[in-house]
Amino acid sequence: MTTTAPAKKAAVKTGDPALAFYRLGADISDSKAPDVDIEKMWKTRQFQAKLVNPSNRRKLTVIIVGTGLAGGAAAATLGEAGYNVLNFCYQDSPRRAHSIAAQGGINAAKNYRNDNDSTQRLFYDTVKGGDYRARETNVYRLAEVSANIIDQCVAQGVPFAREYGGLLDTRSFGGVQVQRTFYARGQTGQQLLIGAYQALERQIAAGTVTMYTRHEMVELIVADGKARGIVTRNMVTGAVESWFADAVVLATGGYSNLFYLSTNAMGCNVTAGWRAHRKGAYFGNPCYTQIHPTCIPVHGETQSKLTLMSESLRNDGRIWVPKKVEDCTKDPRQVPEADRDYYLERIYPAFGNLVPRDIASRQAKNMCDQGRGVGSAIAEKDFDGNPREVRRGVYLDFSDAIGRLGKKTIEARYGNLFDMYLQITGENPYEMPMRIYPAVHYAMGGLWVDYDLQSSITGLYVCGEANFSDHGANRLGASALMQGLADGYFVLPNTINDYLSAGPFPKVDATHPAAVEALDAVKGRIEKLLSIHGNRSVDSFHKELGAIMWEFCGMERTAEGLQIAIGRIRALREEFWTNVHVTGVNEDFNQALERAGRVADFLEFGELMCIDALHRRESCGGHFRAESQTEEGEALRHDDEFAYVAAWEYGGEDKPVLHKEPLVYKFIELKQRSYK
Amino acid sequence: MKITLNIWRQANAKAEGHLERYQLDGVSEDMSFLETLDMLNEQLTTEDKEPVAFDQDCREGICGMCGVVINGAPHGRYSSSVPTTTCQLHMRSFADGAEITVEPWRAGGFPLIKDLVVDRSAFDRIIQAGGFISVNTGSAPEAHSVPAPKLESDRAFDNAACIGCGACVAACPNGSAMLFTAAKITHLAMLPQGQPERYSRVKSMIAQHDAEGFGGCTNIGECASVCPKEIPLESIAQLNRDLMKSLFRREGK
Repeated sequence: MTTTAPAKKAAVKTGDPALAFYRLGADISDSKAPDVDIEKMWKTRQFQAKLVNPSNRRKLTVIIVGTGLAGGAAAATLGEAGYNVLNFCYQDSPRRAHSIAAQGGINAAKNYRNDNDSTQRLFYDTVKGGDYRARETNVYRLAEVSANIIDQCVAQGVPFAREYGGLLDTRSFGGVQVQRTFYARGQTGQQLLIGAYQALERQIAAGTVTMYTRHEMVELIVADGKARGIVTRNMVTGAVESWFADAVVLATGGYSNLFYLSTNAMGCNVTAGWRAHRKGAYFGNPCYTQIHPTCIPVHGETQSKLTLMSESLRNDGRIWVPKKVEDCTKDPRQVPEADRDYYLERIYPAFGNLVPRDIASRQAKNMCDQGRGVGSAIAEKDFDGNPREVRRGVYLDFSDAIGRLGKKTIEARYGNLFDMYLQITGENPYEMPMRIYPAVHYAMGGLWVDYDLQSSITGLYVCGEANFSDHGANRLGASALMQGLADGYFVLPNTINDYLSAGPFPKVDATHPAAVEALDAVKGRIEKLLSIHGNRSVDSFHKELGAIMWEFCGMERTAEGLQIAIGRIRALREEFWTNVHVTGVNEDFNQALERAGRVADFLEFGELMCIDALHRRESCGGHFRAESQTEEGEALRHDDEFAYVAAWEYGGEDKPVLHKEPLVYKFIELKQRSYK
Repeated sequence: MKITLNIWRQANAKAEGHLERYQLDGVSEDMSFLETLDMLNEQLTTEDKEPVAFDQDCREGICGMCGVVINGAPHGRYSSSVPTTTCQLHMRSFADGAEITVEPWRAGGFPLIKDLVVDRSAFDRIIQAGGFISVNTGSAPEAHSVPAPKLESDRAFDNAACIGCGACVAACPNGSAMLFTAAKITHLAMLPQGQPERYSRVKSMIAQHDAEGFGGCTNIGECASVCPKEIPLESIAQLNRDLMKSLFRREGK
């Protein structure tokens, strides 16, 4: 057992450029995890938590925003328990939340394979995979409840893959040596979400949950120091309404759409989290985003989103770019073997094409930056803001594998992925090498929460991808679904009662000054957006913000680049509020207005993300600072200075305030990860 | 590519609707159909005109939120060589200079909201009527305590792949949601966990289906041929078999 003492003053060095952008506040810590052995912690906390008598539960109202795995599962479970639940989503049905798009699978420490898996091992793998930047206590609990999730989902009728004996099949997934991933073909997220959705619809029919679809949360109501409600905009009529409750739960997903191009759904946004942040909720580790190496590249300026393909493709495909720039526009089949640069095999002979996600992603970027990318040339701005055109793609070639194993074998392994690629690009990967490029797809950062999933605002809870809690600086494959459902089914419903037991709280309604202020602020913002009548569309601002973030706060970050980014974001935000053109009126189905509100919040959030990335002068997981790397180009952590969670407090007109939550490792030893 | 779009414009459910003609230049064949609508909307915004309202979200063919009738076929099924959602349809499916007509789902059970957007909440209410297994969180038995035969389990999956987009309803001359309902019935009927409520479920879901104003099924099969997830027509036969059996039992609506 090793304990790393937090470095108290290490970050406050003279000459650190980040200091110009933030203020240092007091350290914080989680006060909810009981001080007992980690194996007894969750049971102890459940025993300590105060309960609410079943007959009193219907007198307590809980607002839940979001209907993905975390929100849908929490709404259904709290409904079953008898609470009065109000559930909101921006889509037309709770079944459409973006959890539905997850492909690979869900981890659980069932040890059905008899391969030495255990709660302890899943805990260890997750902490290590997170590059030692996650909170031990939360991760242990996640591993502990993982097995219950599988039981619950099977009972709901989730059609997981099965063996001929009728029992569940599992497979292995990146970064681990056991087969603990349960899956439903390539649509595990869809099947798990439909399970949660059906449980939710059952509670809607039972009258315990009231569902409000096409309602977007646009403000949080904090009355007398507690989260007591939200303001929504009805996306059909434009009505701006306030809703009140004894507690508020945000399960609003991740913020990757900040980059404009990501694998997230078009509507995914940071508004709910950002509005809560502005009202006092700390934002944890915003710079931790995950970039996936095998996505279909951008085809041109009208590209609206990116599609991810399973990483398993790298098992048999060989990644290369032409050695000569003039070969980049040729038919790849005409480029002779000697003129191809299989750069991953060249740089990392031991791991070759199977190096970790972040390394594969960064090297693809490097090759394209050198001008050796392939596919369409994409207009972008360089470091100094000058326009340039770069081909953003590398080849993933299956011709060797097809020659060695036969087309049939490759079809059996990757048939559905090849079909998807053909449908999107019009090119047949059996005949022509695929083109791939990395894309942003998951946010490890999110609102700071304690062991109970309560944020720094009393009565505000945060679940799933929207919180920062379990993945540290990097998330392992098949762990997002696990965390969403763990939070929604098993964690939140066993912690929120401790808070609700003190309720019902004194009534707050639309006449409360906090509610009046929130409602007026929303209406004022909408009015302002509609009154600017500038010359640029909302999307053009979003695209420009995305390009800044991708260039300076994407796969590789530098102190210089991040400072440039902050300046450009500020200028863009200023231009947005004077030159955006939002068509139509509020009292209508107005999609331009919906997007404008989201982009306005991204423009504020992007700056905080860059500040966080600038202040963390180490590389860890998905956060790669070029100044901090090993000789092999791998992420180099600085545990003496940065073994903490960065929890940011909103600074208003002034700079944001950094609160550090020191990460105390009592059960796992900190190590530098290595792929040699 | 140059494209002419004839798009249904209707301010709200009560307003008169009409097809409006738009010309687009510089469309690339690599663009998706929805990116073409994005391009049109950017153009309309520049001209200070109201953009076209359409539903969409994941743009990878899985959330089920998008869906318009393209040249008479839901999701443009007959413009594409493979089953597709609207978001996965690409412009290379159309010739340069093509004229494309775009309309909303039209069905009694799907009231129009604006332009190409309709209200599909009836689907949620059909699920509420019984499209679930009644199991509270925490009360599930160990996952391996009940084996499920692989063939039936695979068939359950095939039906559980439904994305609830509503193309089946839009394609049906009767405006029937029978394929959607049958997919859920078959998904849960093929699993051991779905047996206790199997017959009450089918009766209650069909009652809700009819109450929502969807028409009856007359075995035309257009639903299955436009379905982006290839839900088989035989699932409706499964539904009918289960419904017949349920009539001899007392549970359900």
